[in-house]
Order: sequence, then C-alpha cells, then structure tokens
Amino acid sequence: MNKEKVLEARHINKYFTEPVRFHMLKDIDFNVNRGEFVSIMGKSGCGKSTLLYILSTMDTAYEGELDLNGRKLTGLSAEELAYVRNKEIGFVFQFHYLLPEFTVLENVMLPGRKLAVKSRQEVEHDAMEKLKLLEIEQLALKHASRISGGEKQRVAIARALINEPSIIMGDEPTGNLDSRNADIVFSIFRELCTTKNLSMLIVTHDLDFAEKTDRIIEMADGSIINHGHQEPFNYS
Amino acid sequence: MTDLSIIMDITRTHLSSRLKQSVIAALGVTFGIGSYIILVSFMTGLNVMLDGLVLNRTPHIHIYNEITPSEIQPIDRVEDWTETFNVVRSVKPKESIERIHNALPLMTSLRKDERVRGVTSWASARVFYLAGSNQLTGMVNGIEALEEVKLFNFGDYIVEGSPADLVKNNNGILLGAGVAKKLSLGLGDKIQLSTVAGGILPLKIVGIYQSGLADVDNVQSFVNLTTAQQLNGEGSNYITDINVKLFDMEEAPVMARQISKDHDITAKDIQDANAQFETGSQIRNLITYAVSITLLIVAGFGIYNILNMFIYEKMNDIAILKATGFSGGDVRSIFISQALIIGILGGILGLIVGFFVSVLISHTPFETEALPTIKTYPVNFDGAYYIIGMTFALLSTFLAGYLPARKAQYIDPVDIIRGQ
Ligand SMILES: Nc1ncnc2c1ncn2[C@@H]1O[C@H](COP(=O)(O)OP(=O)(O)OP(=O)(O)O)[C@@H](O)[C@H]1O
Ligand SMILES: [Mg+2]
Repeated sequence: MNKEKVLEARHINKYFTEPVRFHMLKDIDFNVNRGEFVSIMGKSGCGKSTLLYILSTMDTAYEGELDLNGRKLTGLSAEELAYVRNKEIGFVFQFHYLLPEFTVLENVMLPGRKLAVKSRQEVEHDAMEKLKLLEIEQLALKHASRISGGEKQRVAIARALINEPSIIMGDEPTGNLDSRNADIVFSIFRELCTTKNLSMLIVTHDLDFAEKTDRIIEMADGSIINHGHQEPFNYS
Repeated sequence: MTDLSIIMDITRTHLSSRLKQSVIAALGVTFGIGSYIILVSFMTGLNVMLDGLVLNRTPHIHIYNEITPSEIQPIDRVEDWTETFNVVRSVKPKESIERIHNALPLMTSLRKDERVRGVTSWASARVFYLAGSNQLTGMVNGIEALEEVKLFNFGDYIVEGSPADLVKNNNGILLGAGVAKKLSLGLGDKIQLSTVAGGILPLKIVGIYQSGLADVDNVQSFVNLTTAQQLNGEGSNYITDINVKLFDMEEAPVMARQISKDHDITAKDIQDANAQFETGSQIRNLITYAVSITLLIVAGFGIYNILNMFIYEKMNDIAILKATGFSGGDVRSIFISQALIIGILGGILGLIVGFFVSVLISHTPFETEALPTIKTYPVNFDGAYYIIGMTFALLSTFLAGYLPARKAQYIDPVDIIRGQ
C-alpha cells in the first residue's frame, strides 16, 4: 500500500474568542496518505467544519502546523495560500456553492481559468471531460441556478477536479442528497481514489457512507478520539 | 499571474445581472460629466468672448504722453543742494503737448524688433460734434483703419459700413454708436467737427462704431490718420498714441518698462491695464470646477452605494471565488473594474451629452446691444476639457469603487460559508 503522506496536521489547536475564549480544536494530529479515502465523523458542534476550514487553508487563525505534499502551509501569505487552494485542494461544500449567473461549464472552468496554465480551449475541454466523468455533460450550457441539488453537487465535484488536485475535502457533500444520489457521489469519490490516486477527506454524518471509506476518524469535543483502523491511536 | 479575461468575464456577468442599478450608477456619472462639459464649455466660451471684447482690441503695449508734473524740479539739479532736504510745494505740470516726440523713428525701431507683430499709430483730437443745433463733446482718433483691422480686430466693432469705406474717403468718419444715437444720425448723413482750436471740418458718416462699452461709444469716433492730423493743424509726425501688438503677450511688461525708460514716455502694458479681467475669468473657472466636482462627488457616492450593495448581494460568489483559489486582489479587481466600467460608460455618455447640449447652446440666439458682434451664445469646444472630464470620471469612479472593493478583498469566506 502506498504510504506517501499528502496531508499532515501537526498539533492543531484552535481557539474562538467570541463570545468568550473557547478552546475549540485540541491538539489535532493526523495524516492522510495518497489515494486514501478518509471520513470524519462526530456529533454536531464537535468542530469538524472548523477543522476542515483550517485544513483547506481558508482559516489561518490556528496553532500548530499544516503540511501538504511535504510543504509547510502554515505561515504562507494569503496570496500563496490562494494558489495552493486553487491548484492542490478541491473543496466540496454541503450546500452546492456555484456562481448562479454562470453556466455549469463556466462554473467548472473557473478554477482552471484562474490557474491559467492551460489555454481557455484546453480548460474548456478538460471541464467537459470532468462533466462526462460525472455523467452530467448534457447540463454544460445550463445556468447553474436551474439544475437540481444532486446535479449541483456533481457540478461542484467536477469543479473541484478541474485542476487535478492532490486532495478533495468535502463538508457533508451528501448531506442534502437522497440515498440514491449519495451513492452516486460515493462511487465517484471511490473511483477517483482508485483510478487517479486522489486522496479524500470527507466529513459526514452518514454512517453507511463512512463505513464504505478506508478509514473513519472520530471526533468529539474538538479532539480526535479514534484515528480509525489504519493508524494506531496515539497521542504525541 | 491571473488571466485578466476571467476577471473581466465575472465583472461583466455581475454587471449585466444587475443591469438596472448599473445603468443608474452610470447615469449619475453621465450627469456629472455632462454638466461639467456644458458648464466649462459655456463659461470658458464666455471668458474667451469677454477677453476678446477687451483684450483683442487692447494693445499689448500702449505708448502715449501722460501729462504729469516733472519728478525732477530745477532745485534738484543744483549740485550745491543735493545734500540738503528740498521741499517744493504745489508742483503743477508744465503745459505740454500730447504728441509723442520722435514718434516716427520710435515706430520704425519698434517695427524692426522681432518680438513685435505690428504697430499702429493714432492721432487723437478733442472735438465737438455738431449736427443742427446740437453739440456734443467727444474725441476723434485718426487711425490707419486697415492696420487696425489686421492687428486689433477693429472690423468687429463696425456695425454699419466698413473700415474700408473710411480708407476710401478722406472726409469720412466712423461715428460712435452713442454719438449717432444722441444726434439722430445714420449712415450717409453729414456731421461737422469743431476742434478746440476753433476750426470746423464737415465729414460724411461712412460707418457706425460700437464697442459695446457705452462710455466709449458715447464719445469716440474714428477718422483717417491724416484727417485727424489736419484737424489739429499738424503734419504727419503728429502722433499721440502708439499701439504695439507682440507675438507673445507675456513679454509686454518687460518691453513696456524698457520703452518707458529709453524714451522717457509712458508705456502701459496689457497686464497692467486689464488685471481685473484675469480675476473675472478665474472666478468663472472656480465656479465651474466647484459645481462640477460637487456633481461628481454626488455621482461618486451613487457608485459607492451601488457597489456596496453589489458586494453585499455577491457575498456567496466572493466566498466561492476565494474558496476555489481566487486571491483577495482578484476579488478587489473584479469590483474595481465594475466601478471603472460604470465610470467609463457613464463618462463617455456624459461627454456625448455634454457635446450635444453645447452645440445646442452655441446655436441659441443671443443678441445684446452691448455685444454687437455676438449673435449666439459663445461656447468653447476645446478638446482638452473632454480629456479632463474623462479623467475626472475615471478618477472619481475609481475612488468610489476602491473602498467597497477593498472591503470585498478582506471578506472571510469561512464566515460566509458558515452563515449558510
Ligand atoms: N466564528 C465562531 N466563533 C465562535 N464560535 C464558533 C464560530 N464558528 C463556529 N463556532 C462554534 O464552534 C463549534 C463547532 O462548529 P463546527 O461548525 O466546527 O461544528 P461541526 O462539527 O461542523 O458541526 P455540524 O456537524 O453541525 O456541522 C460550534 O459550537 C459553533 O457554535
Ligand atoms: Mg459542520
């Protein structure tokens, strides 16, 4: 099994100051390996989303250290972090965040055009490929505001894939979907792990979904209480 | 390096999805810039006209003999008393003639000066205008009419007849409009002039002169130079005024001082004579810019408000863009370019509207006794004002857009995503 680390979180602590100072995340310490499909579970309010925002570099107000592909992300400038998000991380939200005034195709192309290593035509071609992969190529020219929730979620996944990232993070990406659509999304993720060697880090409340992943990280009250079967439980 | 086309695509989509507000914001700029163009064109048109009214006809240097008491009294010339403090009471000017000494050589030397565009000479005489039993005091100036037309736009002030008619007729006179009115005389009528010395000269009215300044028109008339010299019983070297026009008006003060010193004569420069006209122009300019800037500030607030609203409505978009790797600077560019597009479109429309309204004004009849040569409102179509207007538009929209755009730059996507 490939044990190359993609994401490393080292002793992450997070405090909220509003309304009172509160220790939200306590010494979060774990890895995600290349091609590994990891899910995070835990009670509502235990800090899963908070952790994900830190891991996805959107939130920089934390203590500890974060590495991606062996490169330290902690302390990088906002500009550099934006580049990392654009190139290396695909993010899928619970609510299908698309730009409503753009077409499906344009939404998928957006991060690719921002990265600007490929020509517009190439990005458009790639975007169509991703839509085909997710079997929604027929929606390409529709407005993002005029497609169903399940379809939006797949568009968001296509968008997350456009720059061939190292890891996909999802915050309850199936939370709003019926079980049939949730199954579709799961098999897409699974397929990407095995064929493209992509890593997945997915927060979910759906036990059926989580049990099919490689490893379940369990959280409670801002701490990891179980790292899942692939890695022995350890405090550093 | 971010591909600018993606920024522009997002900008365009945002604007077209809020078309109505965008258009209203742009119209605010149109209003500001349009008003500026109209105001500035009209005001500077007025300035040019008023300057023309006085400055065009005013010589850059006016040389004449002013009758003043001598600065140096005989006692000052006595060497024994140079160390003492001499007081001479009740000094009066010596009786003196108004003619300029050696006027002809002076004119020749002026004409040779390369700074000088042209020189004209006047011979003035105080007269009584006689018609029937009426008599009026006045002043006739003997002139070389064609030179005056060439250098000082003299023709603009002849409302009936022409300067050429005067040149053709040695017994002709261009009568001041006020004089003509008071004496009920018109073109072709006869008038008699009586000089202070007592001579009487009958003349034929070949034209009416109207400067627009009543004080002048009620007194002054023009005859040929030789006629005036005759009237005074003098020869061709009798010259009372020399008018100099320079290539560069700014050289007038220096030259005037030099002439005055070299020839012991009064030489007034145009800046000295017309200082108050500069002030008038400056105040009109000040008003124009104060009003225009006020309008642009109002337009700027409009843009500021609408952009703030856009940003508020587009919070989700901003969060998505940031989550997918657009930097704060990209987001700022998106909103600044929205402001600039509003500014550019509104500004260009403002220039067009301003231009057409100015054309309309320049065709509106405007006739007044005081300004005989003006038939429509004066408007200045200087292209520089259009460039200034556009610069204004861009500057104010940039400033109005910058603050909200900066706010968008620092929006935290996590806050927005959590808020869902
Ligand atoms: N900006 C903030 N300031 C203060 N407290 C916050 C802030 N954001 C979140 N919290 C609190 O932190 C806790 C953890 O929130 P978080 O969204 O990480 O939970 P979660 O595990 O994702 O829950 P859920 O499963 O319901 O999505 C919550 O109690 C929330 O009220
Ligand atoms: Mg959550």
